[in-house]
Formats: sequence, C-alpha cells, structure tokens
Amino acid sequence: MNFNDIYLLSPQISIAGLAILTILVDLVVARKKAVMLIALIGLIVPLGFALSLVYGFDASNDVLGVDSSSILSSSFSLSIFSLYFNFLVLGALAIVVAGSSSYVRDAGLPVGEYFGLLLLSASGMMLLVSAENLITIYIALELTTLPLAALSAIAMNGKSTESGIKFLIVSALSSAVMLYGMAFIYGLSGSITLEGISAGLSSVPLGTDSYQQYGVLLGVILLLVGFGFKLSAAPFHMWVPDVYEGSPTPVVAFLSVASKAVAFALVLRFFYVGLGDLDLNWVLLFAVISAVSMSLGNLLAISQTNIKRLFGYSTIAHAGYILTGVAAMSYVGDSSIGVSSVLFYLVAYASANLTALLAISQIGEFVGSDEIDSYAGLSKQSPFLTVALVISLIALIGVPPTGIFIAKIYVFTAAVDSGLMWLAVVGVINSVVSAYYYVRVIRVMFRSNDNSRNTAKINTGVLVKLAIVVSALVTVWLGTMPSWVMGVAEMAAVSLVNVVN
Amino acid sequence: MISEWLVWSVFLLPVAAFIVISLVVRPLFNRYAVVSGLILIVCLTISFLISVYVLAIVASGVNLVFEAHDWLILGSAKISIGLLVDSVTAIMLVVVTGVSLLVQIYSLGYMKGDPSFCRYYAYMALFTASMIGVVIAVNIVQLYAFWELVGVSSYLLIGFWHERSSAAAAAKKAFIITRIGDVGFLLAIVYLFVQSDSFGAIGLNSLHIPDIWIAAQPLAAGGAALLGGTGLLFLTLGIFAGAAGKSGQFPLHTWLPDAMEGPTPVSALIHAATMVAAGVFLVARLYPVFEQSSDTMLIIAIIGAVTAFVAAALGLVMNDIKRVMAYSTVSQLGYMMAALGLGAFGPAMFHLFTHAFFKALLFLCAGSVNHAAGTFNMQYMGGLRKSMPITYVATIIGALSLVGIIPFAGFWSKDEILMSANVASNLTVISVGTIVFILLLAGVFLTALYSARMIHLTFHGQFRGGGTREISDAESRGVDLGPNVSSHVHLAESPILMVVPLLILSFLTVTVGYISNPQWVKSVFGIPKHWITEFLIESLPAYLNMHSLEFDPLVAVISTVIVLIGLSIGSWVYLGSRYASPNPSEDPISRLGPLYVILSNKYYIDYLYENIIVRKLFYTAIVGISDAFDKYIVDGVFNGLGIASKKLGRALTMLQTGQVQLYTIVAVAGTIILLAIYLASGSWN
Repeated sequence: MNFNDIYLLSPQISIAGLAILTILVDLVVARKKAVMLIALIGLIVPLGFALSLVYGFDASNDVLGVDSSSILSSSFSLSIFSLYFNFLVLGALAIVVAGSSSYVRDAGLPVGEYFGLLLLSASGMMLLVSAENLITIYIALELTTLPLAALSAIAMNGKSTESGIKFLIVSALSSAVMLYGMAFIYGLSGSITLEGISAGLSSVPLGTDSYQQYGVLLGVILLLVGFGFKLSAAPFHMWVPDVYEGSPTPVVAFLSVASKAVAFALVLRFFYVGLGDLDLNWVLLFAVISAVSMSLGNLLAISQTNIKRLFGYSTIAHAGYILTGVAAMSYVGDSSIGVSSVLFYLVAYASANLTALLAISQIGEFVGSDEIDSYAGLSKQSPFLTVALVISLIALIGVPPTGIFIAKIYVFTAAVDSGLMWLAVVGVINSVVSAYYYVRVIRVMFRSNDNSRNTAKINTGVLVKLAIVVSALVTVWLGTMPSWVMGVAEMAAVSLVNVVN
Repeated sequence: MISEWLVWSVFLLPVAAFIVISLVVRPLFNRYAVVSGLILIVCLTISFLISVYVLAIVASGVNLVFEAHDWLILGSAKISIGLLVDSVTAIMLVVVTGVSLLVQIYSLGYMKGDPSFCRYYAYMALFTASMIGVVIAVNIVQLYAFWELVGVSSYLLIGFWHERSSAAAAAKKAFIITRIGDVGFLLAIVYLFVQSDSFGAIGLNSLHIPDIWIAAQPLAAGGAALLGGTGLLFLTLGIFAGAAGKSGQFPLHTWLPDAMEGPTPVSALIHAATMVAAGVFLVARLYPVFEQSSDTMLIIAIIGAVTAFVAAALGLVMNDIKRVMAYSTVSQLGYMMAALGLGAFGPAMFHLFTHAFFKALLFLCAGSVNHAAGTFNMQYMGGLRKSMPITYVATIIGALSLVGIIPFAGFWSKDEILMSANVASNLTVISVGTIVFILLLAGVFLTALYSARMIHLTFHGQFRGGGTREISDAESRGVDLGPNVSSHVHLAESPILMVVPLLILSFLTVTVGYISNPQWVKSVFGIPKHWITEFLIESLPAYLNMHSLEFDPLVAVISTVIVLIGLSIGSWVYLGSRYASPNPSEDPISRLGPLYVILSNKYYIDYLYENIIVRKLFYTAIVGISDAFDKYIVDGVFNGLGIASKKLGRALTMLQTGQVQLYTIVAVAGTIILLAIYLASGSWN
C-alpha cells in the first residue's frame, strides 16, 4: 500500500469519511438541516477527487493520467469504466440527498443515520465498480446492500420494517447463491482476481463432457441468479414491488437507480473480464431473462393501484430493456455498442426515475397516500410536481425528446447488430404496452379531485425543487443532445472491452 | 439557393414561441395571457411567409439539397438530422403553417376568457412545431421522433379540458391507439437498422429517407434494389400501420371521433390539416418504397376505400356536429389513402391540400355554431341560418366542397382521385380497382347525404332550444352533461376574430382548387395546367413516369349526379319532416331500423375493443394469467413443498404478506430453468 493507492481510491475513502462525519455532526449539532447540508456539500470532495483522476485522460490510447495498473495488490482497478459509474452514483446521490431534505424532516426520520447510511451505501457502490477480485467484490456488495436494508426499515413503522427485513433476507439469499457460484469458479480456476479467473478457466476443457465443464456451468448460473436479484430481473423480481412499497420513497429512488446501475456494472465486469475468455455463449440466457423481465414487468404493472408498486414493476421492465444491451454485447467481437448502450441507458433511466420518485415522495408526504387514485386533482395543487411527473413518465415510456427514447433506440440497435432481432421486436411491443399504465397516472393527475381530500397547494422546498429540476433537465438534455454522454459511455465501454483483449 | 437556417426557422419560430410562452409568459405575465396568442401568431406569420417563399423557390425549379448533420452514431447505423425540402415538403409547410395561423387567430376569439389561455397557446405552439418537424425530417428516426411528439402534443390538446373525464379518456384513447399503429412503424425502423450494413456497403445510410428511396428502386432505374421481397412487404406494411393509426384508417379509426372532446379550433387544426394528414404524408414521403410493393399498395387501396365508405356511413347517424365532421375526416383520409394505393400520388396529395382548407373551414363553422347555440348536438339546433348568415354561407361552401360540387376545391381533387380509380378499375372484370371505385362512389353518395342532413338539422327548420333545452332535458332524465354543454344561448353571428378566418377559408375553398390545378386552359393567372399535381410528382423518381390525368367529363358527370341525388334525398327527407322537438327518434334517419342501430353503435367496434379485447382478453386473460402465475402457481409449488415454510416462516411471522419464502422458491425454479435453457440451447460448444 502506498500513497498512489490511496489517491486512486480517494473518492471512495472520502465518501466513507463523509459518512462518518455526517453521523458525528448529527450527534453534536442541534439544527438537523446542517447535517443534510454537510452531506450534500461534502460530496464536492469525492467528486473533486474523481474529477482529478479523470484529468489527463488520453482518450485515443485509453490511458488514464494516473498510474492505475493495480491497486492494493490487484484488489481494485481504476478505469474510465469505473469512473463513469462513480460519477453516476455521485450524481444520483447528490440528487437524492437534496431531494430527501424535506422528506426526512416531515417523516421524522433520524437525520444523521439516514444520510450517513446513504453515503456508506454509495461508498460501497463506488468500491464495487472498481473491485477486481472475488473478495473485494463480495465485501463491496455487502457494504452496498446492508445500509440499504437499514434505510428501507428506517421509517420504523410496520410497512417499512417489513420491507427492510424482506430486503435483508433477499440480499442474504442472493449473496449466498452468488458466493456458492464464486466458490465453484474459484475452485475450477484457482484464482480470485477477475483476470486470473479468465486465465484459469481457459484451461478448463470444454465440450468434453468433463466434470469441470459442468462445474463451470453451475458456477456461472449461480452467479447469474445472484446477480439477477440485484438487477431486479425476472424471475428474481418478486421482492421488488414489496420492498418498494414499504420503503421510504427517496430510498426507493436511490435503490432503483444507483443500486441497479452498479449491479449492471458488476455483471458487465464479471461476464466480460472474468468470463470473457470462456468459450461460453450466454447470449441466449441474457436474452431470455431480458424478454421475460420486460414482458412480465409491464404486464404486472398494468393492474397496480399503488404508485410505488407500479414503479417496482416498471423498474423490472426497465431492467429487461437494459439486459437487451447486455445480451447484445457478446456477439460482436470487438464492438462495444452493447456495453455502451447499457451505460447510456443507465444514466437516462437514472435521470427519469429520480425525477419521478422524488416527485412521488413529495406527493406522498402531502397526500398521505401512494394510491394512484389519490393523485386526482394534483395538477391544480402543484403544477410543478405535475409537470415533473409528466416529463418523467413520458420519458419512461420512451417518447422523444427524452433520454430513454435515445437509450431504447441504442439498446435495440445493439440487439439488432448482434442478430437479436426478435429481442428488439419484443422490446418495441413492450414499449407500447408500457404506455398504457404510465399514461393512466398522467390522466389521474389531471382529473379533478372529487373526494374530500386536502386540496391545498403543495409546498415544495427549494432544494427539492432544484433536485427535481436538475434531473428533469438531464432527461431532456440526454434526449436532445445525447452525443456527449454517448461519447463518454463509448470510452467507458472501450476501457472495459480493452481489458478483455 | 436559400440558407438552410431560413428553412429551419420555419420550425424554430414556433419552438421559440413555445419556450417563451411556457417559461416567460405563463409564470410571470399570466394576467396578460392574450400576449401568448399574439406571440404565436406573429411567429407563425413569419413561418408562413418563409414557407411561401420556400414554395416559390422550389416551384421555380431550384433543387434545395442540404447536407444532413450527424447526430448519433450507433454502431453501424448513423442517425443524422437535416432537411428534406422537395415539392411535397414545400406544399405541406404552407398548408401546416397557413392553417395553423388561421386557427390561432380564430382561437383568440373562441378561447377568450378561458383560464388556461396561456397553456392552450403553449400546447398549440408545441404541436405546430412537431408537425413541421415531421414534414421537414430527412432521417426516418428524426421523423419518428417528431411523429411521437405530434402524438404527445395532440394528447395534451385533446385532453385540454382535462377536468372533463370524457376529454381525458379521449386523449388517452388517441394516444394509445395511434401507438398501436406505431408498433408497426417502429418495427419498420428496426428493420432498417438491420439493413444498415448492406446499405453501408454501397455508401448509403439505411435511415436517410432519400437513400431508402434509392435502395428500393430497381437497378434498371439507377437504384440499388436492396429492398425487396418479403422484407419490403413487411417494411411497407409496418410503416403503413403507423400511418393508418395516425390517419384514422379502419379499423384504427375509433380514436378520431372521440378526439372531438378537445376545443374546436384544436379539432380544426389536428383533424383537418395536420396530425391526421401526417399518416398520408408518411406514405407519400416513402412513396417510392411503397410503389415497389404491389401487395402493400393493394392493401392500402382497399383499406382506404373501405375507410372512405364505412366512415361516411357513420357520419349519417351522429347527432354531434363535430362527430359528423370527424367521420367525414376519416372518410376523406380514406380517399387519400385509396388514391395512394392506386398509385395516384398527385391527386392524393392534392386532396390533402384542398381538404385542409375546406375541413378546417367546416370545423371552425361548427365552433361558430356552438358559440351561439351552446351545444354541438344538432338535435337542439335548427333555424340558425337567420341569425348566423355568414356561418351559414361558409358552412354551405365547405359542405359543397366536401361533397364535390364544381367549382369548389374539393371537386377538383376528389375528381382526380375518382378518375384514377376509374382508370384502375375494369367494369367487365371484378378487380381490386373496380371494388375501390365502387366503394369510393358509394362514399360520395353517403357524403352528400350526411352533409345535407348536417346542414338541414343545423340551419333550417325551427330552432329547437340549444344548450338550455338540452340541459333541462338531461336534468329531467337525471343525466349530468357536464361542462360540454352551455346554457348560454346567444343566437347571433360570432365575433369578428372568428368570422374573419371563416371568410378567408371560404374564399380559399372556392378558389384554391382550380387556381392551383387548372384543368381546362393552358394557364390561369400564369399557373400552368395541372400545376400542383405535376409539381408534386416532381418529388418522385423519374423512372415512375407519372403524369396527370386529363379531365374526364364522364367521371365528373357521374360523381356530380350521385352528389345531386344524395343532396336531393337528404333535403327532401329533412325539409319535409320539419320536426320541432329535439328527439333523435323523430329524426328520419332512425327509420333505417336495424341499420340505424348498427351505425349508431359504430359497428360495435368500440365495444369489441374496449369490452372484449381490452377488458376480457387483455385484462382478464393476459394480465390475469400473469398475475395468477405470480401468485398462485408459484404459491402452489411452495404449498406443495410445504416444509420450507415452517423453518423460514417462524422468523417472518410479523410480515403481513409472507411472500418472502416465495422468492426462494422462484429463485430455485429460475435457476433450474436457466440451466435447462443453457443445456437445451446447445450453446455448449
């Protein structure tokens, strides 16, 4: 361990430090708003470190300006790919922190714990996208998940506790399955680093009906099952609506955006770097999971009456769309369009979903219900939140000029390029089915409120407004001028694929 | 040659108006809401003038070719953004900006005092901009993006009075049904993505519209013949599905009449000149591709003709004057589609052009009538010709143009369509052309009939009470009509802001048909014979060797006789009955008996869609089965196993819905299924 290692991990270290600082400050400061502001403003530090790591990046050779060959004896690695996710997590975190400022106050949540756990989970996420061996992957994953489980239960009422426990059990279950798969892979490759696994498995005689062959197969499948839970893909999706319904809404926002994104990063890294040289064709597996996830997610969303459950199924469907890009990546040897489409989709989805869920958290706090029917009359009570929700719902359908429109074209193009025409067709049909339930929400908001519910104007705090405006603007920006983010996503994808070659 | 930015500004001006109205006027100066209308009108006036200038340039024979700008590069496919300005674009630009401008002026009067005046003009600006975006797009993804935006903004406009649940439902229906058609369009685009490599091999871009034309053309004509066979069939059918959704072709027409829930000027704009015409425009835009697939052309011709006939019949039994117009629009769009299917490219676009004027006129007349009578229900109108002479004359002009009486605009364009159908038909053998020709002629008869009924019910006979009476009638039946009907009956001509657009459109309706396409003499005011059809054909590849048909007196006489018979029967029945009570059962049309029942239930198509397909099939069957799968099958497996529950369950008894155990079972089942897929797929090398 030397100074350079610490510098390369400085974003992760600083955000963990910030988490501890937040909890400490909460103990001594009476004004709880200060705690939130420290958490928010403090994010400048990890962001600054991450930016300084990007500084000097040579795009043509895909070389970072810093020496990033190996961190802590091949425990972590640094590339544009991992930095891309660092920025995604930090951005989502900043929006969630700002966007939950009034929610935390109104719902009476413990402030220090809430923001501290959010930051801790984010530090786990940022470690996870850099983790280079099975042990650091596992630890980083637990560091990501356990704070989220605590956050799900933080409202300390029946529903919240229930969803916290459910989340904990599901995490434990998926971790156990994943560990079992890792054990197989380790046993057969004799290495814990991703590159070592890749080298070790290349000596496994495939196609000879040997026991190693089935061992590898079982290991891969178990890993996939474990990851499937984290991705919220079908058929490992059942916990999603239950947990979403019970957890505090800003936590759901973070969970559905950041946690999902890093899970995709993990899948891409594991299957590209670790299993990249393995002569296994897992396209069909991902394609089937993708098709089932989007179809099941969209169909089940139609009959939902609770908006958070609806978003639970919606997130399953979007996991399906993103998996289309994952399935597409393997076919074309040196092309990275599948990976870059996934990376772009994750940002587009993050911006749209954060807008929606922050608006929903505000509405839920005011209306006191997450039932879609109770949204009637919202357009009169809060034109701001209505417009925000309309923009995000339209984005989630995939209508231009929003990011997900471009992202969908991107993943479907990737699928078509890889010869997965049928998957693109399933995706297109699904996009139309999804319009049905998203539009229903819009329709209810514009209906007049005929019951005796509180009809006063909704006040939205300045910070929350800012968070919603920023994420909505990002959605529109990605839909009109996508080429910058797309270029960065391509660089990140190349840096991942280069590791393989 | 003119600057590219000048053409872009046609599109950018309404965009700017949208931004200024929604970000500056509405939040800050809502008290002076009328400013928003003026901003849009000024922007559209400039857009319109530029459009006319562009048309003049294109008509003078200058070929406007602009380099497209790269926007996105996705793998081997390149999406560019650019302008495609040919004769079709130039004419569409003039129609869209011109009609939109008149509608905006009319709206100043019609929407006066509406609390959401600013929002209305913001939506209108967004809609007009999106429609212009569709017209000028050079790339099919660019076109699709604006196509979707047209859908979104029309959703907002149809549901403008969203506090009325019928308006919200209609908006949603329009959005969903047009999206069902869009599945086909999107799949066609996906197919073009698939082709990007083979296009790229010869230096073409599979998403660039002029390149798609070249790819579809045969080698002999200098094309690339890349598209053909089944691929071409599915490509064209997919695009046509999208066009049929937007243009309300049978059986996707059901959203259009419901969309009349929007404010009347909205109907005039989106159901006369723009959104519904976008479908026809799309087929015309890719006509060189369609032309290569004779099967698709046949299907388009038949669907168009069936739509023309079926919708005209529905127009006969409607009581709401706007719904009569709506079915009339569907029917006229059928004429355009049928013409395209028969290869009559010029006449189809010519009819789109004239229809934009006379249908906008008729919609604005309906709005004017509503302004006075407080209702759209014709059963409660009658005798309005005395108090509203200008609207009366304008409606007569619009209706005569619609049915196709010489010399009104509609006559010239419809006559060309009928001539093309006549050429395609062969009365000795039963062919598709013959069926289409007969259906179109039958449609002409029905059009005359419903137009006569509409005019007599609205303007002749005696006044039957208007909105006041309708509300009191509804109250006695215990029905609440909601805000759609106003008790404010004020039998007088509409304000000047509404009358002026009527006058302008009336003038155009009388003159534009012959002036733009003279048929008998070499030139009129320097406009050469068959100008507009010849001009439109210029956009097509030369090898098609298209030319305008010479005026055929026989067809003109046949259609005129049919129209006169239709008008006479209508007038005879309705002038003779002179019923004074607003009771639909006294309406002579109800004597049609079972036919009337079928028609007034709209052939039960809505029932089929909503009750059987959506509710029974979709909700109960598909969604129900997936729900049941999630809950019961997996649950059943779990109960069967039974053992795990006790161990896991004890720790989880506090859970309200103890489904956590299910996750485990599903995970195990999922693992087994994944393994099975893997082994079965044979991907194990």
